[in-house]
Amino acid sequence: MHQIDVDKLSRLARIDITDEEKESLSKDLESILGYIKQIESLEVKETQKVADEHHNIFREDEVLNDSGSNTDAFVEEMPDSTDNYLKVKQIL
Amino acid sequence: MISLSKLTIKSAHEAMKNGEFSARELAEEYLKVIQEKNPSINAYIEVYDDVLKQADMADDRFKNGRATLLTGIPIALKDNMLFSGKKVSSSSHILDGYVATYDGTVVSILKKEGAVLIGRTNMDEFAMGSSTETSNYGVTKNPFDQERVPGGSSGGSAAALAMDGSLVSLGSDTGGSIRQPAAFCGLVGLHPTYGSVSRYGLIAMGSSLDQIGPLTKTVEDAEIIFNAISKYDKNDSTSIPEEKRIKTQKSLKKKIGIPQSFLSGEGIDPEVLANFSQVVEKLKGSGYEIVDVSLPYTPYSLAVYYILMPAEASTNLSRFDGIRFGLREDGKDLFEEYAKTRGSGFGKEVRRRILLGTYVLSHGYYDAYYNKAILVRKEIEKELNKILEEVDVILTPSTPTPAFKIGEKSKDPVSMYLSDIFTVPANIAKVPAISIPSGKTRDGLPLGIQFIGPRFGEDILFKIGKDFESLV
Repeated sequence: MHQIDVDKLSRLARIDITDEEKESLSKDLESILGYIKQIESLEVKETQKVADEHHNIFREDEVLNDSGSNTDAFVEEMPDSTDNYLKVKQIL
Repeated sequence: MISLSKLTIKSAHEAMKNGEFSARELAEEYLKVIQEKNPSINAYIEVYDDVLKQADMADDRFKNGRATLLTGIPIALKDNMLFSGKKVSSSSHILDGYVATYDGTVVSILKKEGAVLIGRTNMDEFAMGSSTETSNYGVTKNPFDQERVPGGSSGGSAAALAMDGSLVSLGSDTGGSIRQPAAFCGLVGLHPTYGSVSRYGLIAMGSSLDQIGPLTKTVEDAEIIFNAISKYDKNDSTSIPEEKRIKTQKSLKKKIGIPQSFLSGEGIDPEVLANFSQVVEKLKGSGYEIVDVSLPYTPYSLAVYYILMPAEASTNLSRFDGIRFGLREDGKDLFEEYAKTRGSGFGKEVRRRILLGTYVLSHGYYDAYYNKAILVRKEIEKELNKILEEVDVILTPSTPTPAFKIGEKSKDPVSMYLSDIFTVPANIAKVPAISIPSGKTRDGLPLGIQFIGPRFGEDILFKIGKDFESLV
């Protein structure tokens, strides 16, 4: 099995991994992949790679709550906010 | 003094109705036990501050004749269920201090019934584990032997009930997280049919697998809780409308299937196998026909699980990014803020599974792993559904070993994962399964057996489960 690129995965997943942990995580992942690899050679009758059939169950996008009824509770949980706006780092 | 260890939902209800004790007295009794035992067992992360107020409201309902069977019943919630205004964290550092902004559907049903919600119980972080060792709040101890784990991920819920710190506990089960701790702590644990209980307000792990269910002392209690919480909910897109909950089985055949080849795998404790043989003999003795069933794909369930679950978890947990709620670590730009927040907010097992999920979903591996797992899942579903038309239930041990020692498996992920080998197939096939106490080892550790039933066949599990309960 080829070496897992933990650096690349941690960038994709947006998770900082310390250098000390890289080695142990990579070993863990190799061992888990070694276990799950057993399905690779398994023959299946169906070969169509489809998930279950889906249909749209979403309701119409209309406002059902009284405007502002949840605002305080949500703003309370924000890590940073100003005047009921969520504050984040500059993006551009 | 109320004798808590023998108390069931019905006996507690009768006692409150007849005035033998009030809901407040009952709640006080549980709080006393929690105060005494929780410091060493660590089942509860938090006991809510309004337990007695909830109990007083329950007493009012008894007085004015509006009490239901669940009114005044003290219930523990796993720390991944949202209760408006209360802290909830999935036992993760990334949700430290987070307060739920709404009630999950199951919580709102229990509140409507007037149940007394005692507190939130410890669990493996984001339900990722089989021992509660990955919790940010320390390990929970097994009340039967404090050097051992209570199982997981709903280990706190199991320990709370086993130490008489609740009358009923709720857990969630993605690959065995209700049934395995139930088996380790001598309790009944039900994983309901996928789609029968709403997950609205349950912090998600693997959305095609997660289900909420009860941990109880008796099958009857599990039945009462299941009947109360198993309702269609428009707020959960996977909730199945009542009229579509079609049972494939009409009447009991008194026929039980055993997948012999699945039971001859490595790593199964001889005491578990001996106990299983005794169970089989008892069932035969009470008129059940036991047949060997061939399930060639089912033993691959755990491999399928460790592809689908991390894939789903890695996408579900992308919402924890330090932006809208929970922990935020400062970084020089947005990317660094995400990576630092998630790097320090998630524990090692959670990071491991997110990386694994990212890997199996990444370009070049998607077909070999994720798509292949979906196809094998379909085969497992098909073969289990077919066998469950021929037999009433499939019988296996609940776990390959009794409760293991704290630290015994935490260094080796695969050996930890293997403790779910018998429970995972029900999640993969979306069918219900129940773990019921089946005796003890020579050292006094509880053992459990598992009945797997057809979709929406919970009533079959309860019927056979009660029969079995009367035999042990």
